[in-house]
Amino acid sequence: MKGKCPECEADIDVPDDAVDGEILTCDECGSDIEVVKAGAKVQLRKAELKGEDWGE
Amino acid sequence: MGSVAALVSDRVRYEEKSIILASRRLSLPLKHVDAKDMVLELGRKRAEEIGCGTVLMRCVSFYRGLHMTAVLEGSGIRVINSFFTSNTCGNKLLSSVALERHGVKTPRTLVAFTPAAAAKAANALGYPAILKPVVGSWGRLIAPLKDEDTAEAILEDRTYMYPLYQVFYIQEYVNRPPRDIRCVVIGGRPVAAIYRYSPPGEWKTNVAVGGSSEPCKVTGEIEKIAVKASKAVKGEVVGVDMMESEKDGLLVHEVNHTTEFKAAATATGVNIAEEIVKYVFRSMKK
Ligand SMILES: Nc1ncnc2c1ncn2[C@@H]1O[C@H](COP(=O)(O)OP(=O)(O)OP(=O)(O)O)[C@@H](O)[C@H]1O
Ligand SMILES: [Zn+2]
Repeated sequence: MKGKCPECEADIDVPDDAVDGEILTCDECGSDIEVVKAGAKVQLRKAELKGEDWGE
Repeated sequence: MGSVAALVSDRVRYEEKSIILASRRLSLPLKHVDAKDMVLELGRKRAEEIGCGTVLMRCVSFYRGLHMTAVLEGSGIRVINSFFTSNTCGNKLLSSVALERHGVKTPRTLVAFTPAAAAKAANALGYPAILKPVVGSWGRLIAPLKDEDTAEAILEDRTYMYPLYQVFYIQEYVNRPPRDIRCVVIGGRPVAAIYRYSPPGEWKTNVAVGGSSEPCKVTGEIEKIAVKASKAVKGEVVGVDMMESEKDGLLVHEVNHTTEFKAAATATGVNIAEEIVKYVFRSMKK
């Protein structure tokens, strides 16, 4: 499936086996893009920027 | 509804994706919920928004995961790991207190609440010492205090930062081989361990800073310490980090409550994601 980068509108390939929430990187602008899957519907949104409290 | 569990995450990393795929392979009903899209009303029974009684919490944002865990537990949902565990593991000072109380050996640590008192603490420990923010991961803002002058400058800097950084947690620098040990413990059982090596020119071993890993045999001693440490924080799915101190043997420096396990799974070949999913569903039957 193809989608558009929400940042720069470049085409992004979304692998068929991508799971909801998976992070892709836009080849064009380098942004992290999040795949949002609801049933058969697939949307792309800009992923969150790394927070100061991120970790394990 | 009783047999369904939910994975709550805010970013799907290798770990979360492999947990989702493992549940599909095992045909276990684990639904995936994105914490970023949630609106939770307090006081509701079993938060309808989640729609099941057990949650595996895997948020990468510590405060988001912690507070969401509080709300979910408040509505009667069982969360793995619990609020107690997340709150304890997410704070190095609370972790050390819990570990000490349960007789788990940890590096010598002093705590102070002003830069002046912290300087005294560093002097008492001797140099080099290590200053760690009580909240923080992936080695962020961990500062080696080389000598008295550097210590004073670094400690003073913290007064311009958020108050949490003015809880000065200062630890002896542990002489050890250039590696530490990460042992993944699930339901009180160690399932895999790795050595994490620091990259050249770096003393931190965090894979996040580019360290490498190798499998580590879970010896009787590692098992005993890892299990004791996981119990000390009441952890169900945790990563216990320890160092091989030249003078004191194995010391636990932290327990991770949303442990990363890509390196451990790759190096040991253990399917950690499956072990976690199986544990979640096994624990629901009890
Ligand atoms: N007292 C110490 N002496 C020597 N090395 C230490 C000491 N404490 C921590 N380290 C090393 O510093 C690195 C980061 O430490 P620590 O694990 O406490 O930080 P962190 O930010 O919580 O990292 P993470 O959560 O990713 O494991 C680790 O590689 C550890 O081996
Ligand atoms: Zn783009």
